[in-house]
Amino acid sequence: MTKAIIITTVFVALLAYAFAYKPVQKPEVITLEQLQKKVLQKNDSTLYVVNFWATWCQPCIVELPYFEAAGKKFAGKKVKVLLVSLDFMSEKERVIKFADVKKLESTVYHLNAGNPNSWIDKVDNSWSGAIPATAMYKNGEKIFFREGDFTQQELDSLIQTKIN
Amino acid sequence: MKKLALLAVAAFISLTAFADAGYKVGDNATDFSLKNINGKMVSLADYKDAKGFIVIFTCNHCPFSVKYQERIVELAKWSAKKGYPVVAINPNDTVAYPDDSYANMQKRAKEQKFNFPYLVDGTQQIAKTYGATKTPHVYVLQKGAAANLVVSYIGAIDDNADDAKAVKVKYVEQAVNELLSGKPVSVNTTKAVGCGIKWKK
Repeated sequence: MTKAIIITTVFVALLAYAFAYKPVQKPEVITLEQLQKKVLQKNDSTLYVVNFWATWCQPCIVELPYFEAAGKKFAGKKVKVLLVSLDFMSEKERVIKFADVKKLESTVYHLNAGNPNSWIDKVDNSWSGAIPATAMYKNGEKIFFREGDFTQQELDSLIQTKIN
Repeated sequence: MKKLALLAVAAFISLTAFADAGYKVGDNATDFSLKNINGKMVSLADYKDAKGFIVIFTCNHCPFSVKYQERIVELAKWSAKKGYPVVAINPNDTVAYPDDSYANMQKRAKEQKFNFPYLVDGTQQIAKTYGATKTPHVYVLQKGAAANLVVSYIGAIDDNADDAKAVKVKYVEQAVNELLSGKPVSVNTTKAVGCGIKWKK
């Protein structure tokens, strides 16, 4: 009898866990070409909001929740938030752990692009390389770029104007 | 008349926009007088025999600055002999980053045996005038005929922040060598990832 209770309890607990469990995403390493292929698709009216950040960048960490919130707020409106980490390639584990601990729900990538001097301009000519920086893409075109941070309100209203 | 006023406004806007963008290669850089970690004021004019300067905007807290701190000591050792002393400037808002305070600058310089002045840009005016946006952000200046300071290189120290051993091109050394041999600097601007300078509110 006690055995049956224990088995049932364990089973119920496991079942509850299985339902509550959300698989932890493991940030995928991506090249700039792969990233641009994802966000620069002709006839794709999804608004891609690409935020460049890093675990060592304090203002980036401050604004990550704004991007997470915006991703949820505009979830039904063809908006996709991509968080692209510029952490050193030697710190892959750090990015994985960060995404896990902070329970990031937006798609997280870890950019492996090599010498920044050869790729920063490909994201935007006006970018000095300082982060945070944010780019937006729609219908195969880059429609926005900013070096610097956002408030939640700024980000939300910007997204609103870009999906209209 | 109205047109003229509009034109004046447009000219003013483009001028201020230009001023905001900071220096470009070929511009004349301003000298400064900033406080060093030993309490003394330092100006580029103090270096009578210098052929030029390597001005590096850097700080304590930024992992890129930390990655580069040993390399900057090496660079300074090398470049001093060439007549291009390194002058480091910390432009960060120390309220946002207490790590970058004056006391912490003194501590870091002692620990890492900094062989170059490490100055405080308390008003952030020099960083703004130069157009520095992040740390580290390097400006190589060449002393011109009229003792003016010609901006000859802007950008990164080398091409691999993460791994000093994997560096292929040392941009700053290359620029200094070219200047010393009277050649134009072949790579005079580079871009690098870095920590954005925290501006005072």
